Amino acid sequence: MNRLKTLWHRLGSPRWFFEISAPWAIGAIIVGLIGIVVGLAWGLAIAPPDYLQGNSFRIMYLHVPAAILSQSCFILMGLAGAVLLIWRMKLADMVVAAAAPIGMVFCVLALLTGAIWGRPTWGTWWVWDARTTSMLVLLFLYFGVIALRQAVPREETAGRAAAILAVVGMVDIPIIKYSVDWWLTLHQPSTFKLTAAPSMPPEMYLPLLISVLGFYTFFAGVLLFGVGNEILGRERRTQWVGELVRSRAS
Amino acid sequence: MSFSTWHEFLYMGGHYLYVWSSYGIGVVGIVITLVRPLLARRRFFAEQAQRLRREPNSAEVAPDASRSS
Repeated sequence: MNRLKTLWHRLGSPRWFFEISAPWAIGAIIVGLIGIVVGLAWGLAIAPPDYLQGNSFRIMYLHVPAAILSQSCFILMGLAGAVLLIWRMKLADMVVAAAAPIGMVFCVLALLTGAIWGRPTWGTWWVWDARTTSMLVLLFLYFGVIALRQAVPREETAGRAAAILAVVGMVDIPIIKYSVDWWLTLHQPSTFKLTAAPSMPPEMYLPLLISVLGFYTFFAGVLLFGVGNEILGRERRTQWVGELVRSRAS
Repeated sequence: MSFSTWHEFLYMGGHYLYVWSSYGIGVVGIVITLVRPLLARRRFFAEQAQRLRREPNSAEVAPDASRSS
């Protein structure tokens, strides 16, 4: 308990966090990229074609991780937003700031690959059904968080406004998750469930699993790196950042 | 291996346009996600080094003082 408390207080020290997280960020990016390359190559070339969809199902190895990650990223932002609003921890604000653009890219990726996959599978690029619409709402929530941070001039007010939107916006996540069960939709239900075996043979879901884990690890690394950037920017007038700049320049 | 020739692999059973455009977009997305923060870090160090050269005697505050301002 005591150690947990020390850790909590240390998280309030940007310098400590920067120095601890820097090697982890680089390591996670490298391991994540390897996972992504292995998962995608396996899915593209080695996994057998789907008996119904043929080879277009290979889009799944990109679409599913991007979609899962864009939602996980928003949950993280919502939780960090809550921490910021309750305990006013600056690090939480930096997490929201660093995570939002990454999650937005993955959300765009999920929507675009979904549309491209929809064309040969459903016969249409887009349907206004529960899953796709709630996913589009998630994209607008990302836009909102990013726009709020940039539009409000005072940094602290901007952070709090974005945090409130991130917390409230989390309502969309269960709607996306359960949309395929609650409403009639073209979208297929989840592939992975914690409570049941996957609905695919292992030679199909193993590469998907590797791809998903690779994307998560990559995301963690890029996020840590982005938080590091936020820390440097806010602490640029301090002595330790000045020393870091000098040691880099020489 | 699911394909026996390179041509078969690239052709994707006729779905080549969908599969390869998706993966192209995916690569672009991953590269953006990766390169954006790396460039931001480089720009930060370049800017700060320039600032320190311009004002070598600028007083630096103690580690935690920036938070109270």
